[in-house]
Amino acid sequence: MSISQEKIKQLKQKANEIRRTVIETLVNAGSGHTAGPLGTADIFAYLFFHALNHDPKKPDWSERDRLIVSNGHICPVLYAAMAQAGYFPVRDLIKGLRKFGSPFQGHPQRKFLPVLETSSGPLGEGLSQAAGMALAERMSDIRRFDGCLTSSKLFFCILSDAELQEGNIWEAIMFANKEQLGNLIAIVDRNKIQIGGFTEKIMPLEPLREKWEAFNWHTAEINGHDFQELDEAISAAKEFSTKPSVIIAHTIPGKSVKEFENKPEWHGRAPSKEEGEKALKELQ
Amino acid sequence: MTNQQPKLKSTRAGFGEGLVLAGEKDKRVVALTADLKESVCMSVFAEKFPERFIEVGVAEQNLAGVASGMAAMGKIPFIGSFAIFSPGRNWEQIRTTICYNNQPVKIIGSHAGLSASADGGSHQMLEDIALTRVLPNMIVLSPCDAIEAKKATVAAAAINKPVYIRLSRAETPIITSEETPFEIGKAEMVFEAKKPKVGIIATGPILHKALIAAKELSESGVTVSVMNLATIKPLDEKVVIKLAKETGAIVTVEEHQIAGGMGSAVAELLAQKEPVPIEFVGVRDQFGQTGTYEELLNLYGLSVLKIKQAVRRVMKKKG
Repeated sequence: MSISQEKIKQLKQKANEIRRTVIETLVNAGSGHTAGPLGTADIFAYLFFHALNHDPKKPDWSERDRLIVSNGHICPVLYAAMAQAGYFPVRDLIKGLRKFGSPFQGHPQRKFLPVLETSSGPLGEGLSQAAGMALAERMSDIRRFDGCLTSSKLFFCILSDAELQEGNIWEAIMFANKEQLGNLIAIVDRNKIQIGGFTEKIMPLEPLREKWEAFNWHTAEINGHDFQELDEAISAAKEFSTKPSVIIAHTIPGKSVKEFENKPEWHGRAPSKEEGEKALKELQ
Repeated sequence: MTNQQPKLKSTRAGFGEGLVLAGEKDKRVVALTADLKESVCMSVFAEKFPERFIEVGVAEQNLAGVASGMAAMGKIPFIGSFAIFSPGRNWEQIRTTICYNNQPVKIIGSHAGLSASADGGSHQMLEDIALTRVLPNMIVLSPCDAIEAKKATVAAAAINKPVYIRLSRAETPIITSEETPFEIGKAEMVFEAKKPKVGIIATGPILHKALIAAKELSESGVTVSVMNLATIKPLDEKVVIKLAKETGAIVTVEEHQIAGGMGSAVAELLAQKEPVPIEFVGVRDQFGQTGTYEELLNLYGLSVLKIKQAVRRVMKKKG
């Protein structure tokens, strides 16, 4: 059961719209993170327009899949994907990011935007929460007479690569294995940069896949801009009912705007008006 | 108060009983620990409700985050460890994942104060009231005996907010009875003198020493009233102000650093609403050490004698 070419074309278009919204939003905000949101736009397009079982018209629908964005600083892409999916108007987002009183706080905060699954920003905390949710779901679940679980809810957690330097993450990785959380799927944005430079220079993460494997997770390593590979990896992850899965998605930070690609300095910077206009031209 | 030897029981034991009651009442109640099931008295709950008990290993940061996630899915998680590790080690996880999200996780800090006495200063926790009461959305409870700890636990499960419950390992006197009222946010006058000259406000098991001090002072003609402040946050402002008005002088008593503790909370209120002289009985900017519980209480000035001295000092300040 593979993803159709038509669907891929549609997702590419959505990713482009998300990237455009990210740029417009950041320019208007005057500050924020650029590299991560552009780098993960394809992953967010795939999740919001293909993988997630959700309903933007009923955001509190109890049977929805949960998406925990642990690296809250990439929230421009989360907000942009949610806006494109219909959770709130795109123009509200463009006007509101990082503005006083706005639902679109500098880092995600549920109090201001209740459709979020959690507030985040301080790194290394999302996987514990996603694991707690996945466990709570399994505990509440009742087995049907045929032995199948009544729930097929999935718990996705987006992680940055650099946040794997936090000890809390590895506590959560151990825990998810112990509890055999097959309903938990982590996606690591392996863009190899962090605020102070390249990850392998600041604090090497490699061999990254082997580390997760040693903790007994099902692992996959893919090109995070390839919808076919994303789809295959997620489909495979769903097959593991007693093993959590991690997808290490190699991405290009700042993807699709040549000026921003692969440069750590764009981790925590927003484009100026001119830089934004140039970027939007590239994204036509 | 009588001269009979009081019955001794730890507040952690009272919590253990309360947790079972809360679990019986509401199947959403779950308990998690970071490898301290016995020490935080979760064993009975774990035996009774094995499917609702979760062991996370020695990982307090994950303990807080997992509980937050479970609360987001409708559970009422109690997380238990030594207070030094939770909320000590995992304070920022509690702040961000629990309080910032306003998730109804109950943080159980056992071995608080000097009660991890033989373990030494590394394991004693004299800073937890300060750490928790500064967090928005957090409720801070500090029961005075095992019976009150049991009631506090049941009440915490029923309130849809993050709660910190401060517990002691030490076997301390039972002061209250099953009939004593307990309500989150309500302070109780436990010893009332006619025309009191000083009001003592105490929290936790050290309330017992405050009561002995009050009794001995009354016998020598110094009238004092004693308040049990089991809820440190939200503070029962009306009752605290009333006591300050009535007495014109306050002594606070707690097994905690003076900086940032219950006395600080009382002082913040009274400085604004009813300025009166205050004396603080607590630990003065020091770490603990190994000893018996009583040896340590005496060393750090948490004794009946020191409470009486504080009362006499504050009376002089009244002029």
